[in-house]
Amino acid sequence: MVARLALLLVAAALVALPPLLPKYALEVLISIMFFGYLGACWNILGGYGGQFSFGHAAFFGLGAYTSTLLFLHWGITPWLGMLAGGVLAAAFGLFAGYLSFRYGLRGPYFSLVTLAFAEMLRVVAVNWKAVGSSLGLVVPNRGSAPALFLFAEKLPYYYVIFTMVVGALLITRAMERARMGYALAAIRENEDAAEAAGVDALSTKLAAMALSSFLTALGGTFYAQYFAYIDPSLTFGTAISIGGLLPAIVGGAGTVAGPLLGSFVLTPISELTRAVLRGRAGADIMLYGLVLILVISFLPNGLVGWIRGRRAAGVRA
Amino acid sequence: MTATGLEVRGLTKRFGGLVAVSRFNLTVAPGEIVGLIGPNGAGKTTVFHLVAGFYPPTEGSIIFEGTSLVGLKPHAICRLGLARTFQLVQPFAGLTTLENVMVGAFNRAPDVAEARRRAAEIVEFVGLGPRRDVPARHLTLPDRKRLEVARGLATEPRLLLLDEVMSGLNPTEIEAIIGLIRRIHARGVSLLIIEHVMRAILALSHRLVVLHHGEKIADGPPASVARDPVVIEAYLGESGEAAAR
Repeated sequence: MVARLALLLVAAALVALPPLLPKYALEVLISIMFFGYLGACWNILGGYGGQFSFGHAAFFGLGAYTSTLLFLHWGITPWLGMLAGGVLAAAFGLFAGYLSFRYGLRGPYFSLVTLAFAEMLRVVAVNWKAVGSSLGLVVPNRGSAPALFLFAEKLPYYYVIFTMVVGALLITRAMERARMGYALAAIRENEDAAEAAGVDALSTKLAAMALSSFLTALGGTFYAQYFAYIDPSLTFGTAISIGGLLPAIVGGAGTVAGPLLGSFVLTPISELTRAVLRGRAGADIMLYGLVLILVISFLPNGLVGWIRGRRAAGVRA
Repeated sequence: MTATGLEVRGLTKRFGGLVAVSRFNLTVAPGEIVGLIGPNGAGKTTVFHLVAGFYPPTEGSIIFEGTSLVGLKPHAICRLGLARTFQLVQPFAGLTTLENVMVGAFNRAPDVAEARRRAAEIVEFVGLGPRRDVPARHLTLPDRKRLEVARGLATEPRLLLLDEVMSGLNPTEIEAIIGLIRRIHARGVSLLIIEHVMRAILALSHRLVVLHHGEKIADGPPASVARDPVVIEAYLGESGEAAAR
């Protein structure tokens, strides 16, 4: 009851307060939502299914490039383009997933294969003139054109990514409570035992892969529209893959709220270290790494796991 | 072609040069309890892995209720009504007892509410009611053994393969598991049981099959198999203690 009320208050604040925020704070909040969204998408396969993808940038990049190319060449609004990107990414996810899962690649091997797929797409994009090669693509500035997913101010972008986060979390929650949530958790805990109990591990993992990659691709379109510029290393690079995986793991993999909570902690740290250590290239990343090591050492089950542990201890006391 | 039970013919499994199971024949009729015994390393668990689809056989046929199981994946075999437990218990450690059993119940239940209802019934049935909402990682070994049985039972099999569900239990706990297996049988489930606890297997089985070095050396009523000189030789040759039990 108290938890539900607190959740409602936080949600209300996230809707009502942003118009009052200074520009920089709003940008940070958009970043928080953006990485929270990527984390929520990654969490579906990685957190619930235990299949740690290191290559979600593949889906992100496919989304960013598909909607942007459709817009540049045929004037198709990115609102539709993002769905096309999502479908393409899901198809690629099914292809990559089938190859990996069919041949029994588990654990670190699966992670490496996904990383390789993302790198492969990055190299293709770098060398392909028709998609802008390493120069990338610029999304033209048309001022405020909501029908084309273009806004003059930051605020509308905030509400778009906020809606996307809420959508991803609601989908996650519905999945968690459905048959698929149980099947994924069983696979994560013990794949052989899951099969023995009647869980079709291959189909279940592929379904999670398709859903996760579809949603990740939508994030790619958001990125392209928000920054108005994409290139191969920004969209297919490891920074995006890691940027989705970390908030989920730090916040609590396999929990609904974990990825967003993780992003609320990690993204400001990342922004802060970058601001404080400006001019000392790489120092911010080292400090960020240190924070990560500490979090993972002391909160192995993420923030949500830690909170649940404290709450359980409180009940017992 | 239903209700013909399990029929295994000429089953052979080679791992490189090692022959783990050789031209093994086995039937389990509907309603039957068959004990599969033999010294350690005889190939009993390999037979389970082959029947349940975890290894492909090198040769031979496995027919369950008229359907060939060769080449099917474990989940498909489970869906046909043949479930197994693992010798080394394999709980979903992060899930609660009830959730573990629900995963099995989804095999037949049409929705989540029904899966939860059926799983709750089975959790009570195996005597884990008080441990229902405890994460499986906190269960004791005897409870994990029961959970293993419950998860298999929740898939609503017509044939259940039990792999040493009594190992590591004390005499009281063994008595309780014998009672549980009898009640499972009374639900109309046929059973194929691997067990080292001779007293239990003699009490439960309608028929005993003995494996030694991957080959069947005896198949018949428990009392006569237990007196079979070839069987006694096999056990005394490897471990006199097992035969004495």
